[in-house]
Amino acid sequence: MEVSDIIKPENQVFCKTKLMTDNSLSYCPGCGHGTAHNLTMEVIDEMGISEDVIGVAPVGCSVLAYDFMNIDMTQAAHGRAPAVATAISRLWPEKYVFTYQGDGDLAAIGTAETIHACNRGENIVIIFVNNGIYGMTGGQMAPTTLAGMKSSTSPYGRDIETMGSPLKITELIANLPGVYYVSRHAVHTHKHARKAKKAIQKAFENTRLGKGLSFIEIVSNCNSGWKMGPNESNIWMEENMFPYFPLGDIKVDGILKK
Amino acid sequence: MTEEIIIAGFGGQGVLSMGKILAYSAIMQNQEVSWMPSYGPEMRGGTANVTVILSDERISSPYLKIVDTAIILNQQSMDKFEESVKPGGILIYDPNGITAHPTRTDIKIYQIEGTKLASEMGNKKIFNMIILGGYLKVKPVVKLENVIEGLKKSISERYHNLIPLNVEAITMGMNNIVPYKVQEAIFQN
Amino acid sequence: MSELKLMKGNEALAEAAIRAGVDGYFGYPITPQTEIIEYLMTERPELRTGMVVLQAESEIAAINMVYGAASTGKKAMTSSSSPGISLKLEGISYLAGAELPAVIVNVVRGGPGLGTIQPSQADYFQSVKGGGHGDYKLYVLAPASVQEMADFVEDAFDIAFKYRAPVLILSDGLIGQMMEKVVLKPQKLRMTNEELIEKNGDWAVTGKKGRERNIITSLDLQSEKMEARVRRLMKKYEQMEKEDLRFEKINCDDAEYLIIAYGSSARISQKAVELGRAKGIKVGLLRPITLFPYPKKALFDLADQVKGILSVELNAGQMVEDVRLSVEFKVPVEHFGRTGGIIHTPEEILEALEQKIIKNGSIRHHKTRESSIL
Repeated sequence: MEVSDIIKPENQVFCKTKLMTDNSLSYCPGCGHGTAHNLTMEVIDEMGISEDVIGVAPVGCSVLAYDFMNIDMTQAAHGRAPAVATAISRLWPEKYVFTYQGDGDLAAIGTAETIHACNRGENIVIIFVNNGIYGMTGGQMAPTTLAGMKSSTSPYGRDIETMGSPLKITELIANLPGVYYVSRHAVHTHKHARKAKKAIQKAFENTRLGKGLSFIEIVSNCNSGWKMGPNESNIWMEENMFPYFPLGDIKVDGILKK
Repeated sequence: MTEEIIIAGFGGQGVLSMGKILAYSAIMQNQEVSWMPSYGPEMRGGTANVTVILSDERISSPYLKIVDTAIILNQQSMDKFEESVKPGGILIYDPNGITAHPTRTDIKIYQIEGTKLASEMGNKKIFNMIILGGYLKVKPVVKLENVIEGLKKSISERYHNLIPLNVEAITMGMNNIVPYKVQEAIFQN
Repeated sequence: MSELKLMKGNEALAEAAIRAGVDGYFGYPITPQTEIIEYLMTERPELRTGMVVLQAESEIAAINMVYGAASTGKKAMTSSSSPGISLKLEGISYLAGAELPAVIVNVVRGGPGLGTIQPSQADYFQSVKGGGHGDYKLYVLAPASVQEMADFVEDAFDIAFKYRAPVLILSDGLIGQMMEKVVLKPQKLRMTNEELIEKNGDWAVTGKKGRERNIITSLDLQSEKMEARVRRLMKKYEQMEKEDLRFEKINCDDAEYLIIAYGSSARISQKAVELGRAKGIKVGLLRPITLFPYPKKALFDLADQVKGILSVELNAGQMVEDVRLSVEFKVPVEHFGRTGGIIHTPEEILEALEQKIIKNGSIRHHKTRESSIL
């Protein structure tokens, strides 16, 4: 029996956006990346801008984002996506340029590129997936790893005395005048995903209007890296990640929320 | 014809711009030129020097150890570059601030009181043009009309009203360069 | 219209970039090449041609901006000096891996470390032996005059787009800082986006209008695919060796001794050749204009004619290794060079030729090799 025998067009209720390729995702079952990809592509599809969008993939779990996002993409060196996107946006101001980056890429090795692209107010969208760990290389400590949280390079838990506190890069960049919109979301439930999608849409609308930099953080799980089941990891995320990285708008229309 | 010159002094004396004007003047008479400065912290008031080569042919090395003419504007440069003049070559210097005068007898040496003349003319900035005038008197490698053209090229247009003053300074230099005899100087001392 | 000017090498290169229709320059200040970005910022090329000039937050950001711009098929370049080029090497490796056309300028200063701001040629190995990680090469142009600083910008972009590969212009503080007469080419128009899509649309990421999507990446997790990529790169380099090798022979026809030197050293060595000829020494100069590809064949052939070769470099002995490989030990090959930012004089070079090659001509070269630095 073929797939087409099971799923007939007339029976189809939901379908993935055509801006997601048919390649099977390289992400672990239960990981939030797939949803974050899908939401981004849905927004681009619904806005009708797929032929005018250029995406920049990072290094990390989502290094292969270009295998799944059916748009023009370039893959950047570790942490350098905001610099790559800067040049693309400067040379093609009429295009929609976005980066899709993880916490190691954006908030550790690429901190300088992140802060300076934000500070220049580049007319781009940054989608930042924060799961508090280095997933691709097998669960090492990230800049956003919570205090006391175990990883393969903080096997006794993150000691903030010697390893520093988890970095709230999003709050940091929200303070930069060049940044127009900053919002933090999650994608582990329908409710959260709907909100996240709205925020992503607002971000690309900002590009359309030439408003400058929009920054969407998605707090996500890493069930493999956290050594948990998917459901367990989502509960852990709600209980531990959300208090430190509270969801919601941080800066809207260039004005900081208090 | 090839003329290899080193101009050396303090940063701020207009060493580099004098070389530049000379180079531009040579371009005006269709010559090949190279202008090779010392660069870096020297710009902040230390010593500065520039090697300028004017030639009818393609110039090979822009950097030289031995030159036809050395124009020396402070003691450090005297210590360093007196030796670099080829036998039979020319050394021109401003005696202001010079404590150890040149001693070579196998080259022609000239003195020009550039610092004093500039202060008498009431404009320290034309110091380098006085020196240039002196040099052109003893070595007329470029014509005055080409120097004026060179000046026009190398200084921005809003300063073109200062060209007559520069020409005056060059003339002043031409009229005030005097041979310096090492033997006599030693005798007098 | 062509224009005759007296310019510094750095300024001539910057002006030539505007005139060559370059789309984007991304840089970070470092002595002795800062005049490039200063000139570009002063000239307002955004008003002249629409060229984008941006001061990046670091050399790393600058090279990655070039990567981004090049991904979209635009003509993009950056410039720096030695320590800054070290920082750019990751990005340069990515450019080579992702097969992107771009131009990088290195106005070399002395090293290692922070070194000195004075001229040097100590980045030869870094330039021609990879520098960054992985199996790649850069097409390397070594200008020896202000005119070549200007001319090589367009040449570099031609090669970069011919092969879709990064090209390095390897200059140094002497060529960058000196002024000479330069004839500037007339202004070339920048390509419009439509022309660019027409020309580079089969690979560049410009938005997938009316075509399948394009992807720029240097990643191939499948080993067979990665090996195919490396082979593709090697093919390009072979073709460069066949079609785009450049060198110049000066006074070589009757030469009994040969000096080989590139860039500023070639200029100074040419004077040493003049001095040597005046003394009755039959010495010639081979000047590699491209350092990769390297004039291996020309050297191999000259080795049958000359009694010895002196490799003159502003470093502790780098290119000399390639000279020895090229001549396959047919004749003695020695190195002469100054370091630390000291520039060798023509007289010193001639003396080195006399001492190391002419006087020791009968001694096998390995016996004199211990000390090659003055």
